[in-house]
Amino acid sequence: MDITFLLNGETVELEGVSPTATLLDWLREERHLRGTKEGCNEGDCGACTVMVSDADGAKALNSCILFLPQLHGMAIRTVEGVANTDGSLHPVQDAMIEHHGSQCGFCTPGFVMSMTAAHANGATDHDTQLAGNLCRCTGYAPIIRAAEACEDKPIPTWVKNDRAFVLPEATETADDGPAYAPTSSDELAAVYAANPDATIIAGATDVGLWVTKQLRDLNSVIFLNRCDDLKTVEVTDTQVRFGAMVDMNTVGDTLSDLHPSYAEMVRRYASVQVRHAATIGGNIANGSPIGDNPPALIALGATLHLRQGDTRRDLLLEDFFIDYGKQDRRPGEFVEAVSFPRQPDTLKCYKLSKRFDQDISAVCGCLNITVSDGTVTDARIAFGGMAGIPKRATTVEAALIGQPWTAQTIVDAMTKFDDDFTPLTDMRASATYRLETARAMLERYFAESQGQTTNVLEVSA
Amino acid sequence: MSVTKPLPHDAARLHVTGTARYVDDIPTPAGSLHLAFGQSPIAKGRITAMNLDAVKAAPGVVAVMTAEDLPFANDVSPSIHDEPLLSDGTVNYVGQPVFLVIAESHLAARKAARLGQIDYAEETPLLTVDEALAADSRFEEGPRIYEKGDAEAAIDAAPRQIEATFEIGGQEHFYLEGQAAMAVPNEGGDMLVHSSTQHPTEIQHKVAEALGVPMHAVRVETRRMGGGFGGKESQGNALAVSCAVAARLTGRACKMRYDRDDDMVITGKRHEFRISYRVGFDDDGRVQGVSFKHYTRCGWAQDLSLPVADRAMLHSDNAYLLPNARIESHRLKTNTQSATAYRGFGGPQGMVGIERVMDHIAHDLGLDPVEVRKRNYYAAKSDAAPQSDNSTPYGMQVEDFELHGMTERLLETSDYAARKAAIEQWNAENPIVKKGIAFAPVKFGISFTLTHLNQAGALVHVYQDGSVHLNHGGTEMGQGLFQKVAQVAASRFGIPLELVKITATDTAKVPNTSATAASSGSDLNGMAVKAACDTIRDRMAEFLAERHQAEVSDVTFSDGHVEVGEARYTFQEAAAMAYQGRISLSATGFYKTPKIEWDRIKGHGRPFFYFAYGASITEVAIDTLTGENRILRTDILHDAGASLNPALDIGQVEGGYVQGAGWLTTEELVWDDQGRLRTHAPSTYKIPACSDRPDVFNVALWDEQNREDTIYRSKAVGEPPFMLGISAWLALSNAVAACGDAYPAIDAPATAEEVWAGIRRVRDGI
Repeated sequence: MDITFLLNGETVELEGVSPTATLLDWLREERHLRGTKEGCNEGDCGACTVMVSDADGAKALNSCILFLPQLHGMAIRTVEGVANTDGSLHPVQDAMIEHHGSQCGFCTPGFVMSMTAAHANGATDHDTQLAGNLCRCTGYAPIIRAAEACEDKPIPTWVKNDRAFVLPEATETADDGPAYAPTSSDELAAVYAANPDATIIAGATDVGLWVTKQLRDLNSVIFLNRCDDLKTVEVTDTQVRFGAMVDMNTVGDTLSDLHPSYAEMVRRYASVQVRHAATIGGNIANGSPIGDNPPALIALGATLHLRQGDTRRDLLLEDFFIDYGKQDRRPGEFVEAVSFPRQPDTLKCYKLSKRFDQDISAVCGCLNITVSDGTVTDARIAFGGMAGIPKRATTVEAALIGQPWTAQTIVDAMTKFDDDFTPLTDMRASATYRLETARAMLERYFAESQGQTTNVLEVSA
Repeated sequence: MSVTKPLPHDAARLHVTGTARYVDDIPTPAGSLHLAFGQSPIAKGRITAMNLDAVKAAPGVVAVMTAEDLPFANDVSPSIHDEPLLSDGTVNYVGQPVFLVIAESHLAARKAARLGQIDYAEETPLLTVDEALAADSRFEEGPRIYEKGDAEAAIDAAPRQIEATFEIGGQEHFYLEGQAAMAVPNEGGDMLVHSSTQHPTEIQHKVAEALGVPMHAVRVETRRMGGGFGGKESQGNALAVSCAVAARLTGRACKMRYDRDDDMVITGKRHEFRISYRVGFDDDGRVQGVSFKHYTRCGWAQDLSLPVADRAMLHSDNAYLLPNARIESHRLKTNTQSATAYRGFGGPQGMVGIERVMDHIAHDLGLDPVEVRKRNYYAAKSDAAPQSDNSTPYGMQVEDFELHGMTERLLETSDYAARKAAIEQWNAENPIVKKGIAFAPVKFGISFTLTHLNQAGALVHVYQDGSVHLNHGGTEMGQGLFQKVAQVAASRFGIPLELVKITATDTAKVPNTSATAASSGSDLNGMAVKAACDTIRDRMAEFLAERHQAEVSDVTFSDGHVEVGEARYTFQEAAAMAYQGRISLSATGFYKTPKIEWDRIKGHGRPFFYFAYGASITEVAIDTLTGENRILRTDILHDAGASLNPALDIGQVEGGYVQGAGWLTTEELVWDDQGRLRTHAPSTYKIPACSDRPDVFNVALWDEQNREDTIYRSKAVGEPPFMLGISAWLALSNAVAACGDAYPAIDAPATAEEVWAGIRRVRDGI
């Protein structure tokens, strides 16, 4: 494929790149820019973080699972490119030195890039901004002190220049396969219908690992990053609709007022870097039983919008997941969007994992219970991590609906989880723990409705 | 004086600009090759057939090596030659290297390494402590036992007894830079090796054995590691040796770095322990006698397991004077990764054992756990009359006990009593979220227990322009050793730090070095550098005294100047004059730790030069519905003696605490019943992230100098703060205890699931 991007202020045009070459390997091996480090090669440690800008702003991204074609038209900054042209350091770099934010230094370039992106965006929620960067030496305290110290320091002019980067017209080239980069959903529909065996690549936060860890050769790929019409968010009086290519940070921002508990779950979903790349459509289409969006969306009564060629069909999201590894998606059919009705917010999302930030859920419970005049009138409860697919707790729901909203109703309904779920034991949790904490999530939902403190994240010393 | 200044890490500017070079960043010679291991998919068995045709035919593959292709020693063990580089026909754990792929690229090597077709006669592996015990599969002939007095009789005679057993999980180092090495063939069969290692001399030794050459034919250079934590004390041998034999075979430079998953599957981790204890105590909580049994899961090869298990025994007292004690240590051989050095080197596990006992006693008696600990402390240094017993279970008198004063100050600065009361009130009012608080002291022995390792060398040059080239045997893994030692050198010459060039560790400059381990880096190398600097300084002083008809003792070095009588020269001028006066401006320095002597079989002597101390208080909150938990506040007072660099030392304390707390909370290693490690990447193995550090994190250094004559009276600080994290684990136990009457009996790590299980135990008796 032919692609063009800006690297540290310089235009780079590449011809005939392998579609699954990662930015990290290209930077280190081809470009000999070895400040960007490989720590895990799967997007979990952040040592490879770079800053990528477009008209929407600056984003921190993991370069180890970014394929070069995803960067077409973007402006990339690596750690080698953040100091000022006069040789003086970026405020983040100065602060990291002054506050002793580096010890072994291997994670430091990644931290510097995440901090530079956060600084450019004026973000001061440092724990969240840096959740995707692991440090094994410092215990993070000096890094946070550094981040706080440079909050009010000036933003370098190159940040603006990066954002203003626009592709020269001439660099657009036709696709000739086996890698495709359609620029609209119509093009995508045609290309995919003609190449139903191709692998669709949205954010590559999972497909990236097929390449870096499973060492798979992907014969034919379709990149969605240029399909701008799949990146739309619609919030109307009646519904919320996300195009398949809406990234998870945007999903979180959109939901922060409508469904704050969902937004808080998204804050803990992977990391800033991964959420910039990961898409809501990818999280659904992937079919994972431990994706966090499906249970939340199912609890909201979401509808999935699929397209195959010129044929569109809608189905309830819960019906999309048939069995482990099996979804109701036909050859050449792709996820176009997902939508759910506007509704009063009664949704609570409980993400249970070994670590609060950037961890895959052992159990993700999403409970949406409507109580009118003291009686449960509706209940949509769905779980991830409890079965081979994201799954509704239909027996529990039935035990709630029509009952008074009382502790006794909850106790009774909690006994029904055994009818809905037979979870597995794995490295994240035992089957017993999964089942018992799923029960406990209903108890928590009720306790919260009674005004009790239930969240350790909201408690201080 | 440069010492005592809170200067940044010497490479801080290189770190933040991405210009600090690690092994994988070193420009490779043209034609360099890349290596990867084909690994065993089974935990135990014999190879019955090996077909590597597909590997050899894979794109980019230059050569494939098996054990038979190795020219000389097939061994990368740091101890008893029981660890072949490539399988010798048997396999002993999942991930064991079986063959070596040499290819044109890292990716080509990794891809080809998966194409081996190997048939195995599988055998039943021993994976767990129970399985190893049942099979009597162990290192050494039987358990090691250290004893003081008659523990069993004292326990039986005591008013109260408790006994219990619990588990302590291992820990993945998760250095951010994975293992890496590169070998460059030089003329005449010599080999230059770049290695991310804490132990360049051992790399040199193992490479020389593998190439069948004397050690003088191998030069190992290590500028820095991207983290070590003990994981690069012996685990880099396999990569360096592979690179060297491949470079010998092909005549081309060879580089090897493990992908993260391979790194986690192949390399050793912290030892898992099961600890059984029986303790007898009086109604005030004073221990009369205690008996420990340590069951240590060592993995398939001996590696450093014996000294690790020894050190666990040597820290079974922690801060407490145990009138009668017995520690029995079983070193079990299993078909898992060979457990290895990890920050604390067994000390943390031993310490968790006795802290668990103190916690259990306090719960049993309904006493404040801090009070129980204080009642059992060793006597303070000033109170210890020579004839009174202030001895450890291994017969060493504790002469420098700092914890009485440290404890009082920390209780005061952390406002412990008021917060404990507030927590009790919170717990009375909140049914779902409970809080807990705990105090934990640390007393950690400083010196290698293998006495001969307590030596170090240095090489210092002063050039005629007054600039200084500094080299020593210690390695830099982020701890700031190079900066501390440079501060020592600058202080000896009375010159600004900028005049001192810090250089990569190099076996050609300083030979026969010990690993940078056991927290010894600054103590040993600082002293060796001081000796080298003083040699040169004395020569310069003698020369200048003679020229000025002054006494040598009247020559002073300070503020970048040398003064002799009325004359005052810049250091540069003095160096130039000395050069012209034909004075040698290059010197080696050497240091060996005094006072230590130790018999590890008898378990008696003085293994440690001194002890480093610390104390921490952690407050936590737990969700009783799910066991989810977090640290709310931590207060630490740590003893670094007269700190060489308070900023770097506080960095070690903060980082050590978080790493220790991670070990005991979220970091869970899970193997399946086939012996496959299921947590082999950061997606499944969870080290602390940014938000896991304490919300409130107060760290201070105790301001007493070392009573022993160490470098500027400082103390070692690499490992001791790691064990401050034990207070986080104890605080979780304290919070769980608020849920019912029974003792929580929490295992480590206290994951959310383990905390939840503890709540069920105390609340529902499940």
